[in-house]
Amino acid sequence: MLKIENIKKTFNAGTVNEVKAIQGLSLEIEEGSFVCILGTNGSGKSTALNAVAGTFLPDEGTITLDGVDITRWSEHKRAKYIGRVFQNPFSGTAPNMSIQENLALAIKRGKGRGFGWGLPKSLVNDFKKMVKPLNMGLEDRLENPIGKLSGGQRQALTLLMSTALRPKLLLLDEHTAALDPKTANKVIELTQQVVSKDKLTTLMVTHSMQQAVNLGDRIIMMHQGKVAYDFKGEDKKRLNVNDLLTLFDELRQKDLIDPGVAALLLGNYI
Amino acid sequence: MSLLIGSTTIGLILALLALGIFISFRIFDFPDITAEGSFTFGAATAASLIVAGVNPLLASLVAFMAGMAAGAVTGIIHTKFRINPLLAGILVMTALYSVNLHVMGKSNMPILNETTVFSWVESLSDTVSGIGNKTTIIGWEVVTKDLWLLLFCFLAIVSFSLILWWFFKTNIGTAMRATGDNDQMIRALGVNTKAMIIIGIALSNGFIALAGAMLAQYQGFADVQMGIGMMVWGLASVIIGEAIINDNSVGFVIVGAVLGSVLFRLLVAIALRWGLNPNDLKIITALFVFIALILPGLLKDKKKLTFKRNVHA
Repeated sequence: MLKIENIKKTFNAGTVNEVKAIQGLSLEIEEGSFVCILGTNGSGKSTALNAVAGTFLPDEGTITLDGVDITRWSEHKRAKYIGRVFQNPFSGTAPNMSIQENLALAIKRGKGRGFGWGLPKSLVNDFKKMVKPLNMGLEDRLENPIGKLSGGQRQALTLLMSTALRPKLLLLDEHTAALDPKTANKVIELTQQVVSKDKLTTLMVTHSMQQAVNLGDRIIMMHQGKVAYDFKGEDKKRLNVNDLLTLFDELRQKDLIDPGVAALLLGNYI
Repeated sequence: MSLLIGSTTIGLILALLALGIFISFRIFDFPDITAEGSFTFGAATAASLIVAGVNPLLASLVAFMAGMAAGAVTGIIHTKFRINPLLAGILVMTALYSVNLHVMGKSNMPILNETTVFSWVESLSDTVSGIGNKTTIIGWEVVTKDLWLLLFCFLAIVSFSLILWWFFKTNIGTAMRATGDNDQMIRALGVNTKAMIIIGIALSNGFIALAGAMLAQYQGFADVQMGIGMMVWGLASVIIGEAIINDNSVGFVIVGAVLGSVLFRLLVAIALRWGLNPNDLKIITALFVFIALILPGLLKDKKKLTFKRNVHA
């Protein structure tokens, strides 16, 4: 389904701010699987997701989606097949436009946008049915600007919008990180419903071990821009939060003496 | 009274400019100073074509497209070459100064004796109401011809406003508004935001050039300097419009921009009549826009202050 082959990305190459964000990441994801990506800060987990979304083009390597090489595709072209929810609840919706206008934009994802009427009356009822299950009372406020809603409500709507047309791939980038725990749980519940209803292939970056353990059928732990651990099937099911924490600590230990520092120490003291 | 009618007519013509500024400044939050060049570009193009004997409507249409081309260049410089919007606009505005001189071949081009859109309206007035006819409105005697011109401008601006409103309600127009509101979101929904900005800034400058073309025909000449200060003028109109009509939806903002333009022109005419030195016009316009821009913030601070005082008391 999704095949990432040996991609590399260095930001600000050749400057003091050089960041080797991804260093030879390879990953293959099967149709219909729900993958959680964990990793320490700066491990490249969000960068990996953005590479798939097309926010930037990788320096090396290829990305193939459903047999099509999309490595050089622009972000908006990939959007035809990819639905996205961002970490920042303000990123996924247009704040000054109404809820119904936002939804109308979403049901045209990746389709041609011509001179047809943007918000036909006939759609309003469909939108009411769409937002009703959220139990947020949004069905009576479709004409309100989205900017007036809370972060949780906006994130729930973004989730609906990104999946309104079934995407081949759903990318969730720490989409509950900016929410309070109660709201985060609600959004996670909704995520589960949406993903299982349409059997979506999902890639979720998260900082929460608990979420990774509870959700999905595969856990990938990233470190220094590569896959460090990959748990599938029965291995994933057996995994608990403590196991993950132990692995995390191991990676952090490795971080303390990273190759660069080791080389420096070697040069100076030995 | 004839001063009021004349000012309202010019206000309606400049409403096209206000609509252009509304697109760049409010829809895209793109401070597009190309306006100053494209306004003159429209006037110069239309005037030169009219002098060459081209049908004035066709000349105005070409002026509109010339403005669109100028706007597209600014849009491309900004999106494809990642140049700051203000700088992109300044580059094109400066370049247009030379272009305008070339188009006209001189710095001022009179078209007073040529056939223009307005001379058509005038001859229509002459055939319908008779040459030199005067009408009385609430005790004031006015030249009927001026009323015809006013009516024509009113109908023209109403149609352009309707077209623009319709456009921003279509799928592509909605995507354009979303581009200005949250470009990351709309890109994730498959919209080429760069193309949206290029088309939008082109459209904006098309309207601005059309305003220039109409003004040149109304006043009977095009001048290479006539675009100076037009950006701030348009901004003032949009801001006044927003103050009158306190509603964010596209339709109301468009109506507001038109009303703002007319009202601003009337205010200026009255101020000039009361003895304001015309040389001070630009500084007063600039001051006006400055105050209008900082006023909402100041009012908010004041509110906070009084609230604090209440808490202490």
